[in-house]
Amino acid sequence: MDQVFKYWGIFCTLLGLVLLAIFIGSILVDGVKRIDWEFITNLPSRKAENSGIYTALMGSVWVLVLTTIFALPIGIGAAIYLEEFSRKGKLSSILEVNISNLAGVPSVIYGLLGLEIFVRVMQMGSSVLAGSFTLALLILPIVIVSTREAIKAVPQSIRDASYAMGATKWQTVSMQLLPASFGGIMTGVILALSRAVGETAPLIVIGALAYVPFAPSSPMDDFSVLPIQIFNWISRPQEGFELNAAAGIIILLSITFIMNGIAVYLRNKWQKKLK
Amino acid sequence: MMRRIKEFFIEKTLLATALLTVLVTIGIIAVLSVEAFNFFKEVSVWEFLTDTQWTPLFTDKHFGILPLLSGTLLTSFIAIAFAVPVGLSISIYISEYAPRSFRKTIKPVLELLAAVPTVVYGFFALTVVTPFLQGFIPGLSGFNSLSAGLVMGIMIIPFISSLSEDALHAVPNSLREAAYGMGSTRLQNAFKVMVPAASSGIIVSIILAISRAIGETMIVAIAAGQQPRLTLDPTVPVETITAYIVQVSLGDVQHGSLEYRTIFAAGITLFIFTFILNTISYRIRKKFQEKYE
Repeated sequence: MDQVFKYWGIFCTLLGLVLLAIFIGSILVDGVKRIDWEFITNLPSRKAENSGIYTALMGSVWVLVLTTIFALPIGIGAAIYLEEFSRKGKLSSILEVNISNLAGVPSVIYGLLGLEIFVRVMQMGSSVLAGSFTLALLILPIVIVSTREAIKAVPQSIRDASYAMGATKWQTVSMQLLPASFGGIMTGVILALSRAVGETAPLIVIGALAYVPFAPSSPMDDFSVLPIQIFNWISRPQEGFELNAAAGIIILLSITFIMNGIAVYLRNKWQKKLK
Repeated sequence: MMRRIKEFFIEKTLLATALLTVLVTIGIIAVLSVEAFNFFKEVSVWEFLTDTQWTPLFTDKHFGILPLLSGTLLTSFIAIAFAVPVGLSISIYISEYAPRSFRKTIKPVLELLAAVPTVVYGFFALTVVTPFLQGFIPGLSGFNSLSAGLVMGIMIIPFISSLSEDALHAVPNSLREAAYGMGSTRLQNAFKVMVPAASSGIIVSIILAISRAIGETMIVAIAAGQQPRLTLDPTVPVETITAYIVQVSLGDVQHGSLEYRTIFAAGITLFIFTFILNTISYRIRKKFQEKYE
């Protein structure tokens, strides 16, 4: 029995990974021949073989940059407050429960929030800006949680030494804790951004378009992103578009896996340094 | 003096960023409530909860949430039924059987499963899993909850395996030593000692996985279909709450129309479900932390 369970455990551990590998393999076989320089630089088109991902790729880059600009300072700020400044009490426990809850809100609900607040009330329209604000709120809990963990991992002795030298709280945070936890914070931020790159539903809800003839040139422009372009191709019946979807997925997965790889590398390096 | 003023302003700025997260929650609840309130001025709560048809986009309009709810619960149930046994077995294998060094390598690799964008999983379900299953199940429709649910199950495996493994790992080693000292096999130790000791953490991981499955959007929007239908048959097309929100968003719906408000009514239903699940898991987690600290 004991041995049976051991092999069952190995089987389960490999199951998901093997399925994923089969899938990526089948996509590579289909999609790789579709990828060339023109696929990356062409605008979307009604003809599958002329379609490219240029506008969607540029849309993703715009959204990613703006999302980072919004989510980073707020997420790190909130984490610093919760770890170093807040006293145990009602306020801090409300903040804790709240962040834990936000992390569990389905992404499509953030889309509804963005649609009403950013698109309608603030009249941003279905712009890059509205999309970036929506995704920034979506990844905020992830950034906060991982930043807190990184700051928490800094040994208490560093804080004590800093205060003993007469440093203020902010001096300790900005000159000791942030540099010491930088690697850990970056790991979390990159993982959060890799989630943002793959998000589809909230951006569809705020009205990002499947067909955009030009790459955005300002934050107020209409936009599409890579996952929405892929979704659009999946939902078309003609054979050629399925091939495009496979090729688009290869690009999207490469971006996601590279970001995850960087995050794991940074984490390992940082953990070694901390020791 | 200057220094103290500076410290004061910095602390308040940081506090403001933390408070912003509370504002986000208030925003979500306010937006959903206001639009849902407008919706319920035109459609009675009774009709919403008991009508067995959901056809807001047709001329003969019905506004019963049950078909969307059944679609959501059916796909989630399939995902959970697949992911819980697999995920739990993985966590037990890693913490009780595998070599120590294996843990550090396999966990980030498994977490890749959750990092794959869901639109990619949707494509997988539609173009690989459904045709494959049609080989065994002749009546399987091109859109169905079975393959959407199974693929969603693959996606949530790491949620269960990772969190459960953390819980098993946190059980004090003395319990393990005592079990082996009494002559237990690894299997007896795993199921009679470790799993019960880590049960609250395991339950939290399952609740979070259910919440994730209920809120998952793109896999079901792509592979489960867009036909609201009150059924428990996993082989026919259904529509989930999330897929409906996407379907309406793709069309050209006028702001302020009843159709526009339906997505908020559907959204608040979804939000209530996930909110309850998240709150339960948070409560259990708090208790669990106290137990071992």
